[in-house]
Amino acid sequence: MLQVRNATMRFGGLVAVNNASLDVKEGSITGLIGPNGAGKTTLFAVIAGFLKPTEGAISLYGKDITAEQPHKRAVSGIARTFQIVQPFAGLNVHENITVGAYLRHARPSDAVEKAREVAHQVGLEKDLEKSAASLTVAGRKRLELARALATEPKILLLDEVLAGLNPSEIRDIIPVIRSIRDSGVTILMIEHVMQAVMNLCEHVYVLAQGKMIAEGTPAAVCNDPAVIEAYLGKGSAERIARQSAENTGGPNA
Amino acid sequence: MIGRGYLPIILVTLVIALTPLVISSNSFFNFTVLVLIIALAAQGWNLLGGIGGQTSFGHAMFFGIGAYTASILQTHLGVNAWISLVAAIAAGALAGLIVGFLSFRAGLRGSYFALVTLAFAELLRVLANASELTGGAAGLLLKLDPGFANMQFSSRPTFMLLALAFVFVSLVITQKIVNSRFGAHLVAVRENEDAAKALGVDVLTVKLKAISLSGAMTAAAGVLYVQYFLYIDSGIAFGIWISIEALLAPMIGGRGMVLGPLIGAFTLHGLGEVTKSFAGRVPGIDLMVFAVVLIVVIAFASSGILGLIRKLADRFSSKGGA
Ligand SMILES: Nc1ncnc2c1ncn2[C@@H]1O[C@H](COP(=O)(O)OP(=O)(O)O)[C@@H](O)[C@H]1O
Ligand SMILES: [Mg+2]
Repeated sequence: MLQVRNATMRFGGLVAVNNASLDVKEGSITGLIGPNGAGKTTLFAVIAGFLKPTEGAISLYGKDITAEQPHKRAVSGIARTFQIVQPFAGLNVHENITVGAYLRHARPSDAVEKAREVAHQVGLEKDLEKSAASLTVAGRKRLELARALATEPKILLLDEVLAGLNPSEIRDIIPVIRSIRDSGVTILMIEHVMQAVMNLCEHVYVLAQGKMIAEGTPAAVCNDPAVIEAYLGKGSAERIARQSAENTGGPNA
Repeated sequence: MIGRGYLPIILVTLVIALTPLVISSNSFFNFTVLVLIIALAAQGWNLLGGIGGQTSFGHAMFFGIGAYTASILQTHLGVNAWISLVAAIAAGALAGLIVGFLSFRAGLRGSYFALVTLAFAELLRVLANASELTGGAAGLLLKLDPGFANMQFSSRPTFMLLALAFVFVSLVITQKIVNSRFGAHLVAVRENEDAAKALGVDVLTVKLKAISLSGAMTAAAGVLYVQYFLYIDSGIAFGIWISIEALLAPMIGGRGMVLGPLIGAFTLHGLGEVTKSFAGRVPGIDLMVFAVVLIVVIAFASSGILGLIRKLADRFSSKGGA
């Protein structure tokens, strides 16, 4: 449903995204992983219309949206969260989510009701009256998620919503993400927590230094030598392979 | 049933409307008319600067455009006062749209936007001071001819009621906006533009709507001013004094809150009058009061008088609940 074709994003001399393509299947949870500074967040900004790619094209359901403004893309059904959370700090949780709900509900009472529903879905129902600024990290991440979800998107772009959460908070939020997909929303997620990627994603893309270096099932991608090298440095794939061979052969020798 | 937020507006308006029954002093009505005119100008500022977060240092431009449009149409062209009023409000809205288009489309925010508005107001002041049309430095006099058709009232309480009616309408409009989708979008733009965009808010359009409504409201205040004093010159119309009044009243009363400008204007000028009556004719004493009140508010109640009241009420109710 969402296609990125040969996107390149240059900042002056720096090529943050270099000729990257990806394809998200409707109804899937697709992962986007890669080391820090690989260009993942930049690619999200390009998809959501916050950055105009130097080259390349974005299309949704086959329709080219490369020239569309961010708010138009939200109308088209793309919602994003921000890696660095961007709450409306002066508003409470309910008001924050309601801004999102207004996208498809012009009547205040409808939007307020929709926001309450979404808060329930992501587990913020007890915090509705709390100021957004007073939330914990986990709460803020849920709020990012809730606001985006309140726009009733076709595709949800999640930028490291699990970063900064402790293991039990991560365990709590994984089923929430899965339930969002089950309700019919396609998800593309940037994630460093590999446990979550393995657990949630059907298909994973790997970005390193702006280039798409691998794609496939989570398990296949994790064993891909190119991916291991991207994370751990040149020659590391070979070294690991040698070590594991020595380890398995070791005791018998 | 009365919708959310309207009850305080009705109560405050009623209290002011009933003052002629118990007070007959002309100086009280002079005072109240000026405060109401300032409150109206300040409500325009509040819509854009308080609710929308786009701080203007130059709301005099809208005040002056309103005042001059009404005066010029009446003195030069003999247009009816009420029709001039409508034209002046439209001119204020148009001016807002133009300034907004020039500055917001160029991405100006924060102090850059504030300085551009100040520059526009100053530019207009200089032009009005030089132009034939505006009477140059001598200004424009409206012919004294009391009567409803001319929007002139020799009875001060009657004019106060007229000004109050304008303020009441501005309060209702503001409350309606606050309760609406547009209001939520405006607040979202104030709080975080990127987040607003991601949620489908057309930031530029929202800002343009806000600045034209704001310009229209403040222009109406300019019209009231000339209809009351029957005189305008460039220093009054486009002077920095009204830009400051329009900005201070909401800051003191409660920025972004519907009743903030009215409460702020009454507090500031009330304190000014009280000090004058004690300190006599020390020149500039009321300005010193403004300065002190502003410092106190910024230091101890950054969200203004209404913000402070709300905070205290919250603390009280949460203590009561615990
Ligand atoms: N607006 C920008 N201007 C200049 N450089 C940027 C900008 N945004 C990101 N970058 C650079 O682009 C690269 C990719 O960043 P980012 O997309 O945030 O990576 P990731 O999300 O994969 O960690 C980094 O080197 C970053 O410094
Ligand atoms: Mg990132």
